[in-house]
Amino acid sequence: MSTRATIALGVALLALVTLPYWLTQIYYVNVASQILFYAIFALGVNLLLGYAGLVSLGHAGLFGIASYATAYLLAAGFGHTLSIVAALIIGLFSTAIFAALSLRTAGIGFIMITLALGEILWGLAYRWISITNGDNGISVHGRPQPFGLSLASANSFYYATLFVFLLCVIVVTIFVRSPFGAALKGTRDQPRRMTALGYHVWMIRFWACMFSGLLTCIAGILFVYYTQFISPQTVALTSSAEVVLMVISGGPATLLGPIVGAGLVVVVKSVVSGFIERWNFLLGAIFVAIVILMPEGLVPGTVRLWKLGWRKTMARRRPAVIAKTGEPAP
Amino acid sequence: MTALTVSGLRKSFGGLHVTKGVNLNVEPGERRLIIGPNGAGKTTLFNLITGELTPDDGSVKLFGEDITHTPARRRPHLGMARTYQIITLFARDTIMRNVTLALLGLSKSRWNPLMDLARQHHLTDAARQAIERVGLGHIADRPLAQTSYGERRRVEIAMALAQNPKVLLLDEPYAGLSIDERRDVHDTLLAIPRDVTIVMIEHNMDVALDFAERITLLHFGEVIVEGTRAEVVADPRTREVYLGH
Amino acid sequence: MNFWILLTVNSITFGGLLFLLSAGFSLIFGLMRIPNLTHGSLFMLGAYVGATFIIGFIGLKFDFWIAAILAALVVAAFGALCERLLLRRLPGDQLAQVLVTLGISFMVADFCLMVWGGDPISVATPQHLGGFIRYGIAVFPLYRLAIIGIAALVAICLWLLLERTRLGAMIRAGVDDPEMARVVGIRVSQLFTIVFALGSALAAFAGIIGGPILSVYPGLDQDMLPLALVVVILGGTGSLLGSFVGSLIVGFLYNFGQALLPELAYFILFLPMLLVLVVRPQGLFGRQLQ
Repeated sequence: MSTRATIALGVALLALVTLPYWLTQIYYVNVASQILFYAIFALGVNLLLGYAGLVSLGHAGLFGIASYATAYLLAAGFGHTLSIVAALIIGLFSTAIFAALSLRTAGIGFIMITLALGEILWGLAYRWISITNGDNGISVHGRPQPFGLSLASANSFYYATLFVFLLCVIVVTIFVRSPFGAALKGTRDQPRRMTALGYHVWMIRFWACMFSGLLTCIAGILFVYYTQFISPQTVALTSSAEVVLMVISGGPATLLGPIVGAGLVVVVKSVVSGFIERWNFLLGAIFVAIVILMPEGLVPGTVRLWKLGWRKTMARRRPAVIAKTGEPAP
Repeated sequence: MTALTVSGLRKSFGGLHVTKGVNLNVEPGERRLIIGPNGAGKTTLFNLITGELTPDDGSVKLFGEDITHTPARRRPHLGMARTYQIITLFARDTIMRNVTLALLGLSKSRWNPLMDLARQHHLTDAARQAIERVGLGHIADRPLAQTSYGERRRVEIAMALAQNPKVLLLDEPYAGLSIDERRDVHDTLLAIPRDVTIVMIEHNMDVALDFAERITLLHFGEVIVEGTRAEVVADPRTREVYLGH
Repeated sequence: MNFWILLTVNSITFGGLLFLLSAGFSLIFGLMRIPNLTHGSLFMLGAYVGATFIIGFIGLKFDFWIAAILAALVVAAFGALCERLLLRRLPGDQLAQVLVTLGISFMVADFCLMVWGGDPISVATPQHLGGFIRYGIAVFPLYRLAIIGIAALVAICLWLLLERTRLGAMIRAGVDDPEMARVVGIRVSQLFTIVFALGSALAAFAGIIGGPILSVYPGLDQDMLPLALVVVILGGTGSLLGSFVGSLIVGFLYNFGQALLPELAYFILFLPMLLVLVVRPQGLFGRQLQ
């Protein structure tokens, strides 16, 4: 990494670690926590969208499964550690099924199946009242106490989330630079060629799904501890769309993109909800604008803007970075 | 034992019979050329040999081993490599990365999510060597988007050779190249040692004839003529296929 | 006994509504190769606009059927605009187009919420169709039978359009092979606009005539879109027959599921769809998804 990048990273890290001291209001610290766990979610979705070329419109389903599992087990009287571990296992198991079903096709087929799966999970969350309590949702009381430290306050929860976030970022960075990461990107660009080179494209995609699922479930668990509540709204199509928006607005196939995107969407949502009630309209409008005007996302787009200037950026519309993989694994 | 034996290979798409009982025997180290007019089924034959298509009938044997039902992704591990008629490289990456991916395909490390690929010197060094062998060592780190068509053809060949294949299938390696580029590719191919058996599809007779020892003429999915270069060129059926009379 | 007969009639009725909704969805998918995620909200928009025309606004009040046709036209125009102004800017980029339709659906849904508020609007059954028909011990609501009739009529009209007119031939050519169609001189991009408008009109029409049964409420789009999706996955994209059969199957599954196992209704609905996806991704009647 260049010296400039290292310094920038160092400054960012310092800012994050000292955040509660310069963003003193609890409200803002909470927004920061939200950005962090949504960023984990976005990193998970980006693994598929950006690096594998697979657009999922049902990831909120997996997120929700982890949240619901945690909430359900806690309400049933199990302790935090057990609930979290069980929620992760249930989430990963669900991800495996999700992947096995969705990877029957790639491209549009994958979008459709993940959309349908997400809808099924939403329908279950809404109707299977005996387990999910339907629209009333499930409340969560208390937070885990790692090493006896309380996470009840905004600051302490923030630090716990920051810790998990940094861990996830490190793991994703290692993954992206690894041979497996390179293979995954290869399957995005030329799946047929990859098979001819000796790679098992389906299996590569499957394990990418599993890793994506792991990050998604971690985010889901952090979410439910943050809000102390879970309802079907979290599993709705709008939620899946929001996280896709985070990825494409920030810039898919980059590490920084999903994080920036999560920040953008969470801040706009928090700020906007204070003024307008019509968040969904704005969400839709931003979605359309970004896909049409700046498909490679804000991070690469801004870099390009900086270098080329406004007119040139708008004139040279590059094909969408959301890759066109029209081929199922042979 | 032959390097590659194809027996009675058949393939139909609905009512269209593309491959009608093709037999092929390629000896180790041979340079075989498969020619035929457009629509003869040459690329389909390749796809059947590499496993991208499953034959309706017939068998494919690689050094005596029946690989008819081996999945396409296993065949490179058994020593079969191919290039494509339409360039299907990784456009977003550098030449180095493209060739490294080819090397990685046969390595157990391809499943490793922890190592830093850039630091795997045994892979990157081998990649550089493969790139130098096709004469592109001076631009190894250039992004593919900044290379010429002819250079990309050679990258494809580098990728195929990097896998140390026993049988190399080249699908129209001269397509779309200028005279100079053709000469470069030609030299590269001539330099390939005899422990690699080469089967080439080519449309362009001038360049390819030079290269081939034995030629198989395909038309409408069937072998029409087969023999040495001289035999096939002299055979009246060859004229018939190409000129229609 | 009457319970089962009524359930069956309701299922066929619902199937009829679904057919009107998914025929357009299926055509759009077959021709433009994208699942139009706006379709549910177009259904809802049609219902709201139609309801407004019926209830009356700025002094104008329309007959039920006129309102339905007007609503269909308004939404068709909207759909055509979306296609020309937005989707056309992303030629060939199906994944991006899908995301745009998703964005538009959010905008439309929220727009409806803004304009018409959060309370459900009930739509009165047209007066002359408010009664019942008795047949032996069975009692059939007249309006539901009317919907079945209308759906059948539209199905026949669509079939005639596709099979007997030049436009239909062009659409079928476009569905089969867009590249070839272009080569033969068919203005495929114009076809896109026409089919998108037609699909929007059908969805909107379905929305308003479904009004007396489903009423109009925020979230109607989220309820209908997944159903259209299931119908098209079961029946295959671009296939009219597939939409017909699929709609009936889903109509039955949905109604019987709701009545007998309400908690797992969604599951019952989607299970066959999942099975089809796993076993035969192109649907029962359609062509490959790619």
